[in-house]
Amino acid sequence: MSMALIELSGIERVFRLGDSEVHALRHLDVCIAAGEYVAVMGPSGSGKSTLLNLIGLLDRPNAGTYRLEGCDVTTLSAEEQAHLRSERIGFVFQSFHLVPRLTAAENIALPMTLAGVAPLRRAERVARALRDYGLEQRANHRPDQLSGGQRQRVAIARATIMQPALILADEPTGNLDRSTGEEVMRLLEGLNDQGVTLIVVTHDGSLGARARRQLLMADGALEHDRWRSPQGLTDVCVLPT
Amino acid sequence: MRTPDLIRFARDAATGNPLRTFFLVLAMAIGVAAVVLLTALGDGARRYVLNQFSSIGSNLVIVLPGRSQTGGFNPGNAITSTPRDLTIDDAQALQRASAVHRVAPLAVGTSEISVGGKLREVMLAGTTAEFIEVRRLALAQGRFLPQGDWRRGASEAVIGAKIRDEMFARDEALGQLVRIGDRRFRIVGVLASTGQGLGMNTDELVIVPVSLAQAMFNSNTLFRILVEASSRDSIDLAKAQLSEIIRLRHEGEQDVTIITQDAVLATFDRLLGTMTIAVAGIAAISLAVAGILVMNVMLVSVTQRTAEIGLLKALGATGATIRNAFLTEAAMLSVAGALLGFVFGQAGAAIIRQMYPEFPAFPPDWAVLAGLGTALGTGILFGVLPARRAARLDPVQSLSKR
Ligand SMILES: Nc1ncnc2c1ncn2[C@@H]1O[C@H](COP(=O)(O)OP(=O)(O)O)[C@@H](O)[C@H]1O
Ligand SMILES: [Mg+2]
Repeated sequence: MSMALIELSGIERVFRLGDSEVHALRHLDVCIAAGEYVAVMGPSGSGKSTLLNLIGLLDRPNAGTYRLEGCDVTTLSAEEQAHLRSERIGFVFQSFHLVPRLTAAENIALPMTLAGVAPLRRAERVARALRDYGLEQRANHRPDQLSGGQRQRVAIARATIMQPALILADEPTGNLDRSTGEEVMRLLEGLNDQGVTLIVVTHDGSLGARARRQLLMADGALEHDRWRSPQGLTDVCVLPT
Repeated sequence: MRTPDLIRFARDAATGNPLRTFFLVLAMAIGVAAVVLLTALGDGARRYVLNQFSSIGSNLVIVLPGRSQTGGFNPGNAITSTPRDLTIDDAQALQRASAVHRVAPLAVGTSEISVGGKLREVMLAGTTAEFIEVRRLALAQGRFLPQGDWRRGASEAVIGAKIRDEMFARDEALGQLVRIGDRRFRIVGVLASTGQGLGMNTDELVIVPVSLAQAMFNSNTLFRILVEASSRDSIDLAKAQLSEIIRLRHEGEQDVTIITQDAVLATFDRLLGTMTIAVAGIAAISLAVAGILVMNVMLVSVTQRTAEIGLLKALGATGATIRNAFLTEAAMLSVAGALLGFVFGQAGAAIIRQMYPEFPAFPPDWAVLAGLGTALGTGILFGVLPARRAARLDPVQSLSKR
């Protein structure tokens, strides 16, 4: 039985804009087990990205606790959170976010470069990633020489290069046409098949339906937590009553 | 992040925006080049002056009328005492001093020289045979004034190279009779050209026996007395002896100033050394300006690369890594600028030396080191603020920037 990878309880996230307050997340309790495939869905502005940023340790909640792999990460220093991001979390963004002056290979290697992985080990892993994602011919191309699908493949290769436990994708197909989007989703799902926990934000119902579990957000709150085919995953989490 | 990776990353970031990098490096280079070149000029001037002074004559001690403090020029002292004049007798008395090798009296005034219908105003120096030795002058033609009684001189003159060219052109000057003032002289020698130097320009000088010069000036005073000490070590002794002899002759009054070449040299050395430092300081201001430019450009760069910084944070970069990346970039730009400026400055100094071979325009080591150091220092110092700003950016907001 897999343990709970992510435990969010009582999470609040409030943005202050001048005098007004925006409750991007209200009293959120979510529990996600290792190896799950979760789609976060909901209308625009419902707090999906905010939730993903919190889970990815890019943002901190105003209230509540977040336990990642069993330990409370809300109290960690920025430095410690950076290390967790480096080793446990991979991000895939809607707009790819590749560094334009670096080649595909260098972009893929970037997390390892930042983490100080030895060059030899880096080259080895990048070569394998290029092969796995069919980018061998594109290794020395810069992002502006790549198609959208190729760019997102580079981004996915980069997100997985540190072999994280968790991949967070915020509308990864938002800038792609349907068939390329399909291809990218299959890549991500393939990672999930290998045991990586996958959380995908999308507002495309058909894409969301592919996930075994869907979190439906509305106005910062969790409206629905739905399993496509309940497989007894709930028992690892202590759901609030 | 490993150091080689950090450097490569900073280099790629710098070359990713070549125009920005070019102007930054150029600004830094101009600053360093200015320091190198200006101090080369300043120090070159100092060395040039020192060289000129040494060529005036070695072991030279100069006695001039009027009291003054050693080494300094104090107008107050010059006015208060009415100094006794120096005379030929004084000069002759100085020959008795044991530490003195040679003595040459010098009377100076202006006069006119005319020959064959040509007329020219000249500087007239009345002196003795010793003058050529004391001043280390060389003759191009003929001989110098003969040895003999200082009070009786033959009507013979030695002229400077330029006077010879102007008055005689291609004709032979030696043996010619010329009119100087209201007297007639025979040219017996022509001085070798020395070019433009400090002090008296001997190329435009006419030298006659001191007794005749005094008669023409209708005065029995001397402009100064040049003394050559018997050795470098005996300069101080000579100075004391000269001072004592004059004091005895002038009824116990110390009413002359005795300057040594060393003292004059030291004064000029100090003066021009200070000037070089001042010039270096002024040039360093351009480095500070370059430093501020580095800061501005790096701040703009942080703004332009906000999304990238957000991404790096999402990929696990710590604030320290991002700060180091930006600091490394600022340092690299400064180093490149400093080295380029060093090359520019040295090349400029070399060109000046090529154009004016007698002018030793070498930048002093301290100035080169200070220039390079200041460039690096300001570059890194002014890189800190942008680097810290980059490190503190909020990742979520940064990522949403385009
Ligand atoms: N940095 C911010 N400052 C102010 N309001 C924000 C900020 N980020 C998000 N919000 C607000 O929080 C709400 C949720 O935003 P978001 O999580 O981006 O929604 P979604 O991704 O579901 O479209 C929105 O109302 C949005 O305007
Ligand atoms: Mg969103």
